[in-house]
Amino acid sequence: MARVEDQHKSQEMGLHDEQLTGRTQQMYFRVEGEEERFQKPFDIEVDFDKKAEIDAENLSATEVNREIKRLMMDGYGTINIKNPGAKHSMGVGFLNRLNLNFEGSLGYFGCGLLDGPNVNVTGRVGWSCGENMMSGRVVIEKNAGSTFGAAMRGGDLVAKGSVGSRTGIDQKGGTIIVGGDAGAFTGFMMQRGRMIILGDTGKNLGDTMYDGLIYVAGKIKDLGVDCVETEMTDLDKHWLQNKLSQYGLEAPNGVENMTKLTSGKKLWNYDNLEPTEKKLIL
Amino acid sequence: MTEKSQEDIDRYLKGDEGVDSEHEQWIGRHIGYRYDVNLLPDYSRITPFLQKYIDFMGWEDLNWLEDVHMGYEEGRPAVFDRNINGWVTVPEDWDLPDNQQDRDMLARELLVKFQNSERHPLVDLKKAYKKF
Repeated sequence: MARVEDQHKSQEMGLHDEQLTGRTQQMYFRVEGEEERFQKPFDIEVDFDKKAEIDAENLSATEVNREIKRLMMDGYGTINIKNPGAKHSMGVGFLNRLNLNFEGSLGYFGCGLLDGPNVNVTGRVGWSCGENMMSGRVVIEKNAGSTFGAAMRGGDLVAKGSVGSRTGIDQKGGTIIVGGDAGAFTGFMMQRGRMIILGDTGKNLGDTMYDGLIYVAGKIKDLGVDCVETEMTDLDKHWLQNKLSQYGLEAPNGVENMTKLTSGKKLWNYDNLEPTEKKLIL
Repeated sequence: MTEKSQEDIDRYLKGDEGVDSEHEQWIGRHIGYRYDVNLLPDYSRITPFLQKYIDFMGWEDLNWLEDVHMGYEEGRPAVFDRNINGWVTVPEDWDLPDNQQDRDMLARELLVKFQNSERHPLVDLKKAYKKF
């Protein structure tokens, strides 16, 4: 690793004299004595087989979200929402396992801040669907607007149709799957996670991406700054096949012919402050 | 402590195995997080506990846990818990598997068990600060 150390010219410039004050909590945890449980102690107990329905036609988004939570408290694990009417901010902020089905379209900021639920939307969604999603699965049967999966951290976010510009902007984890085309600046400032695009992409794909992976099946208009093509491995192909088959999707010319893109790391300066910085940013 | 756990845990950073990946060779520098964040999970190595967990959640794969890897914190193997912004350190007497994929599966299992434990710090925080 001597070669790496040689690159640290910032050392000579004195940048490393600054002491960062990151918060590190070393937790010593032993699993012995722990009973086997699959959810957090404060999660709501729901039963996927217990089903309920909400007609959202005459309800506001806030009232719908409150009704979903009330049903969850009563143990309903599968909730269908009829007539969502493309209202904004529906299905937001649920931190629990849950099956949520929207029969129609959603407006802006639908299904954001989720941590656990599996959501199906039979229609379209507006801007910023799945923003800040932590875990679970959101499947959109049709198209999605711009900033799809912005700042997403985990889980699967799927649009079977096309998506707008800046899809996955600032993505920090999880998987975004697009069945159709993706707009300009897709993967802009991507930090971690994976993106699969089965159609074509617009200008500046992966611009200024720090890390993560983008797989594209169609044509790429052009690559953004520091986004480079890299070699597809057998593990990539296996993972892609498995992931796409979950959602009934296929790469038009097979996964082996997809293009794999990642960060060239020419603009990557994390090493300069590592290891202290990682305590702050992860 | 077993003989295996006394081995140098940074050995994967020094040799040709583990995290000293082709990608690092290609870009000519070490990736800062001390593991290859682009490493995709090999599902043939999934543990029985993790399989039960994803079945319970109604998922078909590791979902958010795909991004969880075994890292190193202050010279010890550890897994990062985003909920507490801190590292869960692997007990000293644990034998670590000899490849990154198995180590990552172990890290995921440890993290799920920790997050779902009554002893997780969020349990106390929720009692103290819960608003809704």
